Amino acid sequence: MSAQPPVKPKISLKDFRPQIERIERRLFLKQGLSLGALSMLSGCTLKDDDAVDKLLWAMSRWNDRVQAAIFDPAKLARTYTEAEVTEPFPFNAYYEEPMAPVIYGPDYRLELSGLISDKRQWRIEDLRALPQTTQITQHICVEGWSAIGKWGGTVFKTFLERVGADLTAKYVGFKCADKYSTSIDMPTALHPQTLLTLDFPGKPDDTKYGYPVKVRIPTKLGFKNPKFVTEIFVTNDYPGGYWENQGYNWFSGS
Amino acid sequence: MTTKASPPPSSDTKQAGKIIHPLFVRITHWINALAVFIMLMSGLKIYNASPIYPLQFPPDITLGGWLAGALAWHFAGMWLLAINGVAYLLYGIVTGHFWRSLIRFQPIAAYRNIRLELKRLILHGTGEYNPVQRVLYIAVIWIVILLVFSGLTMWKPVQFSSLANFFGGYDQARKIHFFAMLGLAFFILIHVSISLAVKGTIESMFTGRLAQKPPKKNGAPK
Repeated sequence: MSAQPPVKPKISLKDFRPQIERIERRLFLKQGLSLGALSMLSGCTLKDDDAVDKLLWAMSRWNDRVQAAIFDPAKLARTYTEAEVTEPFPFNAYYEEPMAPVIYGPDYRLELSGLISDKRQWRIEDLRALPQTTQITQHICVEGWSAIGKWGGTVFKTFLERVGADLTAKYVGFKCADKYSTSIDMPTALHPQTLLTLDFPGKPDDTKYGYPVKVRIPTKLGFKNPKFVTEIFVTNDYPGGYWENQGYNWFSGS
Repeated sequence: MTTKASPPPSSDTKQAGKIIHPLFVRITHWINALAVFIMLMSGLKIYNASPIYPLQFPPDITLGGWLAGALAWHFAGMWLLAINGVAYLLYGIVTGHFWRSLIRFQPIAAYRNIRLELKRLILHGTGEYNPVQRVLYIAVIWIVILLVFSGLTMWKPVQFSSLANFFGGYDQARKIHFFAMLGLAFFILIHVSISLAVKGTIESMFTGRLAQKPPKKNGAPK
């Protein structure tokens, strides 16, 4: 155990420097071209503050503007028949299904704020008293899957007009009972298929799809369709949203 | 009869210095390579978020880190791919590059020397696209066009409703996008393998010049 290591002839690292440097250079180049480059790029995930992430955010804002320009307020999403409805309709949120809030209907009040003249609170029966309509449309998730569902409620434009919202404002924002939030552009808010939803897929007592109030927007990706809405506000200041603030594209129109 | 006549101003060296890949093609090729790399790697990550088939791609070969990052890469990369692609297509049509290098096929010249043609089927670096290359390059141009339009359908199934009708709806467009991607990946596999296997091809895609001597024409002196 305590044996002395045999004395080796003195070899200095210096003697091998040229060879080592050559190997290092070769390795560096090889990695630089393959894995190194890839891992450097895949580090850019919109969560850091480096130059590439800034470029990706800037491109996302540019894509917002392009999508707003492409958006045709008169163009309707395709509608489907009752037979085509997806059963059961998939549940999706940033949390697992058992965590979905269950709201006691009689206590529910929808709050309004921002550029709205009549900020009186709304009960479910007040919303039910507005003209009702139903639609069967395709819900497309940002993850890629889609499902066809049936929703019923009031055309959102009718509601916005009724409460005296400033329809020239830029944004309509939503706050939800599950601490979720999102916001949309005014042209989409005024689209004839954008619905202040009171009737949901599934059985009448199924609350997980957003009871009592959801905003259904068939011209936007699923995550732009807020559930369990407790507050609606109109503003000219970009409100962002739960997913949007983390890097998902804000406009996300279909 | 001696053929060792005074060498004509060496046709080989003349060939070797000739520009075989026009500068515009070289530039758009490498921009396209970058754009396709971004689209493919981020696309695999997006696919993984909700696989269509019981098949997932290893996260190590994906780009973006998570779904939002991958989508940001994909929707940024699409501009590079589209602008560069349109520039390449316009160049190819306007200058006659497509006609000369991809489409025009001379059966008489092709059959004049079958042995040479067979060799050229697999041999690259002759300064001309060989028949296999022509078929593959024409195919991959159409695959990328299919990818762009099926992708636009998935991005805007409501606004581009006529495209969506053409592809049979959002979900159908998604499957077509996926299989076109596999086709593109298969092309890249062949394309990159041959480029690596045949000396000088990658170099000539940077310099534009034929690096090695073209194969000897028949009638070479014994």
